[in-house]
Order: sequence, then structure tokens, then C-alpha cells
Amino acid sequence: MLSCKHATHLMSEALDRPLSGRERFNLRVHLLFCRGCRAFRGQMDFLRKASRSFIHWRDAGDQ
Amino acid sequence: MTDTRNAELISGFRPQMLKFARLQLQDDSGAEDAVQEAIEAALGGIDRFAGRSALKTWIFTILRHKIIDALRERGRTVQISSLERDESELDEAFDALFKENAHWSPQSRPKAWGDPEEALQQRQFWHVFETCLEILPARTARVFMMREFLGFETDEICTTLALTTSNCNVILHRARAGLRQCLNQGWFAGEAQSC
Repeated sequence: MLSCKHATHLMSEALDRPLSGRERFNLRVHLLFCRGCRAFRGQMDFLRKASRSFIHWRDAGDQ
Repeated sequence: MTDTRNAELISGFRPQMLKFARLQLQDDSGAEDAVQEAIEAALGGIDRFAGRSALKTWIFTILRHKIIDALRERGRTVQISSLERDESELDEAFDALFKENAHWSPQSRPKAWGDPEEALQQRQFWHVFETCLEILPARTARVFMMREFLGFETDEICTTLALTTSNCNVILHRARAGLRQCLNQGWFAGEAQSC
């Protein structure tokens, strides 16, 4: 079984390259049982979203 | 909109453009140059823009390209080994979240962030986000921003900075994990307590 630490690496790499079938499978199984890693994945998605919104932050703050 | 109005709008974006360029180039005069070139290029094609938001997106797109050019030009000359110690400190802070068996230790297991979307609407959040980027080790921050702000593919980052693919992956993971931890402490944990 994947360790949480290894899972965090796969979750990061999933943002940069398509994971292999085996990696995807292992990660999916791990996430099914691991609440901490599910939270971590949500936070990775959020970081990407925040980075993409970065140039608009001042507009958002003005609203 | 008139030209004067546009020019005013653009100069209003200037401080933010400078900040954006400085974060990524880590060099004041390089950042000034990139912003100046972007503004000049933007003034050249200004007639086509009918709104503040469209204009802003456009001018930041130009700036992004100027920053990419500057980074490409510097390319391999920017390797900094004096900052590697910071990188290993960041790795230690990450490793400390795990038990011996590489699973989360109970007190540091990530918990879902309350309402992250709402954070994006708050000016104070962006100050925390910026601070978190600024305290990342220089190379770590640069690779992250090339990937997430400038939209480089990882292959291209590796080539431009003369890194191996696995090195690039490790750096991106380090950046994301470091930002996550910083935002967790600097924003989301504090928020949870105050609610």
C-alpha cells in the first residue's frame, strides 16, 4: 500500500503529467481510505486555482 | 474609452505588475524593465480594449511573456547553491508531518480547509499568499511560479533551468507542500479559531 508521503508526491505530479494506470489505481485506492490525503488533494487543487487567480486579487479585494 | 483613460488604468496596474515581476525575477531592475516593456507594448495596441478587466488580463499576458523572455535569457546562469540549505529545511519541516512509516502523524494530518473559495475574495488572503511565496527558497519559488503563473510545461522548466525531470518534480512538490503548510498556518488555521 502507498504511504501518505508517496501519495503526496503522486498528487503533486498529477498536476504536471498524466499518471500511469498503475499510479492512478494505487492513488485512488489510497485516497479511498485516507481522509488526510483527500484533504491534501483538495488543497493542491486550491493552490492551482489560487495561482491562476493571482493577477486578479486586487480586483477581488475591491469588491 | 479614451487613450488617456486607458493610460491611467495601465499606470494603476503598475504597482501590481511590479510586484508580480519582482516575485518571479527576484531582481528589481529586471522587473522594472519587464514592466516597462509590457506597458509600452500594451499602449501600442490599446484601442481594442473595452473594459478594465479585459485590459488587465491582456497587459498581464504581455507581462508574462516579458518575464518568460527574461527568464529564458538568464537560463542556466541562475543556479544558486547557497540556498540549498533552505530547501533542506523545508523538506525537514515536511518530513516532520509524518510518522516513521511515512503516514501522517495524527496531529499533522491535513484537514479540509473551510471555505477556500471565499478566501480568494479577501484581500488579506492574498497578502498571506504573497508572503508565503516570498519565504519559499528562491529556486523553489521560481520553478513553482514558472509552472503555475507562467504556464510552462515541466519539460520546458527543466530545460531552461538545466534540471532533471525528477529534480523538477521534487522541487514542485516541495513548493506546493511548503505553500500548503504556510497557508494552513497563516490563514486557514487562524480562520478556524476565529470562527
